[in-house]
Parts: sequence; C-alpha cells; structure tokens
Amino acid sequence: MNLLDVKNLTVRYGDLTIVDGVNFSLSEGDWLMIVGPNGAGKSTIVNAISQGAPYTGEVRVLERDVRRYRPHELARLVGVLAQTHAMGYGFTVGSVVRLGRYAYSPGLFSGGRDEDERMVARALALTGMTRFADQNVLTLSGGELQRTFLAQLFAQNPRVLLLDEPTNHLDLVYQKQVFELISGWIKTPGRAVVSVVHDLSLARAYGTRALLLDGGKTVAYGAAAEVFSPENLNCAYDMDVSAWMKTLLSQWREDEK
Amino acid sequence: MRRNVQRGTGGELPSPAPETHTGGRRDGFRAGELVLFALVTLAVMALCVCVGSVSLPLKTTLTVIWNAVWRLPMPDGVSVPIILSVRLPRVLCVALTGAALSICGGAMQGLLKNPLADGSTLGVASGASLGAVIAIAFGITLPALPFAGTMILAIAFAFLSLLIILSLAYKIDYSMSTNTIILIGVIYSMFVSSILALIISFASDRVRQITFWTMGSLLGATLQNALVLLAALVVFGGLILRYSRELNAFAVSEDNARNIGVPVRRVKLFLLIAVSALIGVCVSIGGTIGFVGLVTPHMVRMIVGPDHKRLLPASLFGGAVFLMLADLVARILLNPVELPIGVVTSFVGAFLFVVIFYRYRRARA
Repeated sequence: MNLLDVKNLTVRYGDLTIVDGVNFSLSEGDWLMIVGPNGAGKSTIVNAISQGAPYTGEVRVLERDVRRYRPHELARLVGVLAQTHAMGYGFTVGSVVRLGRYAYSPGLFSGGRDEDERMVARALALTGMTRFADQNVLTLSGGELQRTFLAQLFAQNPRVLLLDEPTNHLDLVYQKQVFELISGWIKTPGRAVVSVVHDLSLARAYGTRALLLDGGKTVAYGAAAEVFSPENLNCAYDMDVSAWMKTLLSQWREDEK
Repeated sequence: MRRNVQRGTGGELPSPAPETHTGGRRDGFRAGELVLFALVTLAVMALCVCVGSVSLPLKTTLTVIWNAVWRLPMPDGVSVPIILSVRLPRVLCVALTGAALSICGGAMQGLLKNPLADGSTLGVASGASLGAVIAIAFGITLPALPFAGTMILAIAFAFLSLLIILSLAYKIDYSMSTNTIILIGVIYSMFVSSILALIISFASDRVRQITFWTMGSLLGATLQNALVLLAALVVFGGLILRYSRELNAFAVSEDNARNIGVPVRRVKLFLLIAVSALIGVCVSIGGTIGFVGLVTPHMVRMIVGPDHKRLLPASLFGGAVFLMLADLVARILLNPVELPIGVVTSFVGAFLFVVIFYRYRRARA
C-alpha cells in the first residue's frame, strides 16, 4: 500500500499556475527529493499536501483522500517541517516540542502523559536540543530553531515527513546531522520522506527517488539516479549542471595533490 | 545512493542517550499561584469598595456585605446603600469587565500571533458600540428582556467587525502581518466612530453621550449587570480557556497549528465568536474601555510566561486588578468630578505599552 499518492496536483493563484498536474507516489522506505530551480513550485507542493494551499487534483494518504481525515488523525500520519520559523513569543524549546504531541491527545485533556514526555525527551535528545529545553526560543540561532521544529516533528512521530528545505539555515555540520538523522529515521519500516532540496549534491546523495520540476511542470520523475541525468538537469536549470558541479568539486581535489 | 556520503568526518549526531529532561511540565496554573492571584484580586476589590468620595472602614464594609449575603440585620449608622447599591455592583462590574477584556486580548494576541491585537486596536469594540447605539437609537429591544436587544446587537456587530477586518486584512496582505491588521483596525475604528457620532447627534435624547461609547464608564452599574457579565465570562471565557493549548500552537504560527493537527478553522471560528460575545457584552454595559485587553496580557506574560494555559487565567485576575485600580483613580483623582475610566486606562496603558514595546524590541535585538 502506498503511503502517499499525489495525482494531477494543480495549484493556481488567480491566473497564475504554480503547480501544473504533478503526479507522484511514495511507498515505504522511499525518500523523494523534489528539486528544481527557484519558482518551480517545490514548496507549494508541500503546502498543498499539508492543506496549507488550495489545490485541485487528489492527495491520498494510505489510499484515503487527505480531506477525509480529521486533522489530528492526519497529523499522526503526515508531519511537516516548514522552511522558515518566525517566532513572536518567548516560548521555551520544550513547550514548542511538546506541541508535537497534540495529535495524540487533542482537545481538553492536555496529556502530560508519560508516553508524551518520553517522546518529547527522545526527540530533544535526537536533535541535540536537550540542553536547550528550558531556553527561550527567541534567543536561539536559526539552526537551533530549525532543530527545535525538527524535534517537534519527531515528537509528532508521523509516518510521512514533508520537509521544506530542511537544512535551509543550517551550517554544514548540522546539514550533515539532519540528513543522517533522517536517513536513520526512515530505516524503521512503514516510513517515508518527501523533501524539497535546493542542493543537488545532497539530493543525489540521499534521495531514492526524485521529482524534477520546472515552472510547475514535471521534467522528470523516477529513481533518483535516472532523474539526475545531465540531460534532465540541463533542461530544467538551463545550464550545464554537472560541469558546474565538477568545477566546484575540483577546488577540493586540488587540496589532495 | 548513500554510498557517496563519507562518514566519520565530523558532524556526527550528539549521542542519543536516553535523556529525560524535557524542560519541565510547568503547564497549568499551579494551586499556589491561583490562591495568590485570587487573594490580590480580593484585596484590591476590598480596597476599591472602601475608598471613594466617602471612605469607609474595611470592617464596616465587610460586615455590611456579610450581613447582606446572609440577610442579617444591618449595623446602625452606616450608609448601607453606598456599599450595596453603588460601590459593590460597580466594583464587581469593573472587575468582571477587566477580566473579560483581558482574556479576549490574550486570546487574540495568541490567535493572530500579533502582540498589538486587542478589541480596541482591531476596531471590534467600536463595532460593538455602534451595534449598541443602533439598538438604542432605533429602539430595538426584545419584549421579555429590555436590555438584551442592545447586547445582542453589540455582539453581532462585534463579530461582523472582526470578520470584516480580518477578511480585508487577508485580501490586502495574504500573510496578515501585524501592521496590516492594526492599520485596518484603526481605520475601521475611525470610520465607525464617525457613524456613531452621526447617530448620536440625531438621537441624542435617547442615546448616552458619545464619551460613554468612546471612553467607557461603569458609573451606575447594577448587580444585574454584574450577573450578566459573570454569566458571559463563565460561558465564553470558559470556551477560550478550553482552547489554551490550541492558542499556544497559533501563537507559534497558524501553519504550525495545522501541521500538528489542530482543527484550525473550527478553533478560529469558536474563538472569534467567544471574543466577540465577551466584548459585545462588556461594551453594551460599560462602553469601550481601551488598552485593558492590550496591556494586561503583556504585563502578565512577563510574570507567568507566554504559555496560554497560565497566561489566560492570570490575565483574568490581572485584568480585574488593573481595571479596578484604574476605576478607583477615575473616581477619586478629581473628586467629586468623575473621569471616564477609559481616560485612565489609556493614559496608564499608553505609557506602559511604550515601556513594554521598548523592552520587547530590545530583548529580541
């Protein structure tokens, strides 16, 4: 059974078509990389799946239309990491992460159950945020804030992760940590990941499948190795991508000589 | 494809030791805090009943109230009506209005993730007063409940105003930024005030002075008013308190609330109805009293933190105390002339707000 099916997804704002008839599906263990130049509609796809943007077409989770789930039921299956987080109030890291448990005890009974606390503690430890648990989120760096929300996502413990530029604000050390974390997370059976990624090298290194977009339309979709062929990339980015990547990499090769 | 990634070159994860520290569970309002806040509120309430144009000793006041509750004979030589028919109903109404406006302010600041949101800055209070004035000027009443027409129209106009302001803000600025909402709220308030002034100048014999509707006053409030306020606060304040956890999620961001499974539309609708109803009731009884709902949650947030499970109950008490003290100043400052209470709250509130805003900005910089 597929975890996620997206059929003919189209998002329009007025006359502007941002995403045009995109199809993909996700089964257990898949890590789908959505790549493409700026304005290709990558983030909009994530927003549409998470019901944050109006769309036509069909989004099914475990073969059932997402609109037919109750919000907390859906949140137990699909979790989202947004690209940016602007915090207005000085919540503690712990309380932001604890919000991830909302789906397990929605409504009046605010939980505080042992299970919740255990998941929160695990999520904080996993993201290296334990020592920040009591800290005010307004005092965190961009990277620490991103890891706070990643911890919230782990506390939410869904089966599908939708990550919109997960390492947007992170320096190389955390970039590597986050990708390693997620590649560990996905090894548990019954899980899958969709991530919007800018960095093609990262996408290539970690993705099992890929969706290459340009101007809202699918350029290529399939196994990552096939999608990242020079022809496809050059077509989407309008430049010789692999030559440019090799030029960049050669800078480091010179060190070895 | 993972073969490409070299491991062991730094950037390893911190060891996922089974940590148990989660930043504590300081969620709800603790019993000790509840008692402390309640005691402060009661002390201020006693002070406000005793002090005024004629000051009464605390013991006499308490005896009169005690005897009235248990229907015991009154002590001699005390002006019982001052306490029972003038001061007590007024102080109760002031406390309940302060509590209601503050919990509304706290809820809106969380819901819209907007530190400047409040019934008066968003124009909801002006909308409510327009509704009340229309009901009075055109004699719209319910046969069984003479004052219910004013109240219902005030509530309906408060809700409509919120809808108009928020949908306008959404149309103009998709992200609904703080500044856009406040700007539209201010313009809306001005627009409504002009209509208000127009209606009052035509029906001045029936409608109270415009200062009542723009500055507010609880002069002449009755015990019946206090009961209505209490009932509204129990029902709609309870509804707001019930959504404390959802408000925390909204205060992080509406998208985050949706992603963690909050039924965003339903919660928003219920909260907007509750806020409009409370503001409508308050305005129809005491006019628009500005700044209470804006300033109280900020002050309270400094004491108990931003978690709505603690912030909202604390705002109830904080708002009651703040407005009772403001009313006391309004009564005794230029004794025997009485100031509209909104003059005092706006005066104090504007100062406090600048201080709060300055510290808030500096803390974030």
